[in-house]
Amino acid sequence: MSSTTPLLDVSGLTKHFPVKGGFPVRRTVGAVQAVDGLDFQVAEGESLGLVGESGCGKSTTGRLITRLLEPTGGKISYRGQDITHAGRKELAPVRSEIQMIFQDPYASLNPRQTVGKIIAGPMEINDINPAGGREKRVRELLEIVGLNPEHYNRFPHEFSGGQRQRIGVARALALEPKLIVADEPVSALDVSIQAQVVNLLQKVQQDLGIAFVFIAHDLAVVRHFSQRVAVMYLGKIVEIAERDDLYGNPRHPYTRALLSAVPEATVDETPARDRIRLQGDVPSPLNPPSGCRFRTRCWKATEKCATEAPPLVQVEGNKPGHLTACHYPETEETVTAPRLAKDPEAAS
Amino acid sequence: MSTPFLSVRDLRVHFSTHDGVVKAVDGLSFDLQKGRTLGIVGESGSGKSVTNMAILGLHDPRNTTMDGEILLDGKELITAGERELEELRGNKMSMIFQDALASLSPYHTIGAQIAETYRKHTGASKREARARAVEMLRRVGIPQPDIRVDDYPHQFSGGMRQRAMIAMALVCDPELLIADEPTTALDVTVQAQIMDLLKDLQQEFGTAIIFITHDLGVIADIADDVLVMYGGRCVEKGSKKSVLTMPEHPYTLGLLGSMPSLDGPVDVPLSPIPGSPPSLLNPPSGCRFHPRCPFAEKVSGGLCSTERPALEITDGRGSACHLTPEQKSELFADYATSRTN
Repeated sequence: MSSTTPLLDVSGLTKHFPVKGGFPVRRTVGAVQAVDGLDFQVAEGESLGLVGESGCGKSTTGRLITRLLEPTGGKISYRGQDITHAGRKELAPVRSEIQMIFQDPYASLNPRQTVGKIIAGPMEINDINPAGGREKRVRELLEIVGLNPEHYNRFPHEFSGGQRQRIGVARALALEPKLIVADEPVSALDVSIQAQVVNLLQKVQQDLGIAFVFIAHDLAVVRHFSQRVAVMYLGKIVEIAERDDLYGNPRHPYTRALLSAVPEATVDETPARDRIRLQGDVPSPLNPPSGCRFRTRCWKATEKCATEAPPLVQVEGNKPGHLTACHYPETEETVTAPRLAKDPEAAS
Repeated sequence: MSTPFLSVRDLRVHFSTHDGVVKAVDGLSFDLQKGRTLGIVGESGSGKSVTNMAILGLHDPRNTTMDGEILLDGKELITAGERELEELRGNKMSMIFQDALASLSPYHTIGAQIAETYRKHTGASKREARARAVEMLRRVGIPQPDIRVDDYPHQFSGGMRQRAMIAMALVCDPELLIADEPTTALDVTVQAQIMDLLKDLQQEFGTAIIFITHDLGVIADIADDVLVMYGGRCVEKGSKKSVLTMPEHPYTLGLLGSMPSLDGPVDVPLSPIPGSPPSLLNPPSGCRFHPRCPFAEKVSGGLCSTERPALEITDGRGSACHLTPEQKSELFADYATSRTN
């Protein structure tokens, strides 16, 4: 790790959504602990992948970083400046440097505005007049994302899903941001189109040196895109590491189970990665399990897991920067998970 | 070979819309034996769901024209009347939908919905049907089925709802099960559970399964045979292994190249298919894939844009492409080496 300030520094970030109920006076009866104490950094030009299943708080994290939501606790610093509870005025300059790409390319573009107006929107709001005018800049952006600049005056409905997502990327690039939060940017797209958009984002990241927080549930896409990956479970980061360390040497049982559950388009005669069958569903974030939140589905859980929440630390055998929150981390040799024989011959 | 359990011959499903005729399925043929799983892969709008709605007779006859032949256990389904179809649906053939929450009635308990299907087809008493519902819930792995049977869909989690859907689909021991993207809305760990469940149940009952998905990874896990659809037509067909390891159609090759993997190289860009899927209102002439095909100009005489390539099947394996086998082995070779590394 470098000694310079990271682009984004998040510590102890917490977001609880209150749940109201009761009669006749509605009062807070509980809280959905969507995000509960996250610590991570994003360096300049780096891409951090955030993976996890639905309800793990990855989208909430994205919305907290962009300050679309107000954090309940913790601290978010952008280039050393505390923006955790910054007001509208204070945020304005920061917001132009942090942009967002949304999941649904149909819902995130105003159907009544032309593409030109949509992409110029951020410049208008921030009163930015690039040399040569906004229209010229928009045409440049269309070119960068692989759309025809002539389509400046068209409306979103005239474009396909993949093309719309390109428009969303162009809009995010309009203010030359330093950080882009991409929330499931390809999951609504067809496989053949997904690859086009992933390649585009990768090109943008490398050519323009923009840092990314890439939120996705697809582990293979995240692996392709991110230099560092954090795995989330029920509002907490359970493991964070450099890409190769995380995929090559997963230490948290959840990471391992998640990786083994991904179906791959290969037909192995002798499957190298057996499948770990996790029992049950993710518990409710309204009332998460005590101690380690994964313990209800973990095959290694003991008394200690129920009473003591494991800290996110560099456990023995991890490379620097590889942090795991587990009392009994996995190693290459001790694979004690309940396995399912995945032998096609024996099954038929 | 014995006569197949399900046989689809030259199926055409056309919808008339305000903008013209949509040729959603345009000449599709396949067979399915009992106890086998056929995976149908394709992108949105390739006609995979339309095909299966046609088998179940779920299209609105007022704006749909269906041609061809669908034989289920020797019975013709396209010309069958609504009453005959009703008799078959839920009984001999049934379907699992993608969105379990939207497919279950929010006003009725899970148990009542499962029991309804059973009573309709077997004439069982309410008590018998309830016992059967509990039994089915137990079989699909719902904990405490005798209590959960009285729950409403909103009290179930996503994975449990999908299990309840499977219980409902299997309550009459159907011989054909059509699963339309049953795991797409689920998380990977739950997806793995559901696929294991389907495999177990198939082994137990010998059900024939049609599994529709856009995910080749899921296909690799569950299917015996694969049918790749593009623009309403079958472009490639064969055993899972041959299609995934030695694709014969440029589209299948492109799909495989578009997918990032967990152990492939990371610093090379993916090789996506350029362009986007065709409009079925006004589909491309000749081979429907030719505007996106990287090899179209290798075929002499511009055949790809003028003539529809025939789907020639030998031993259940074949593809619809104008490229000669020699050209393919040469052109696809780079791809093969890049995949194995």
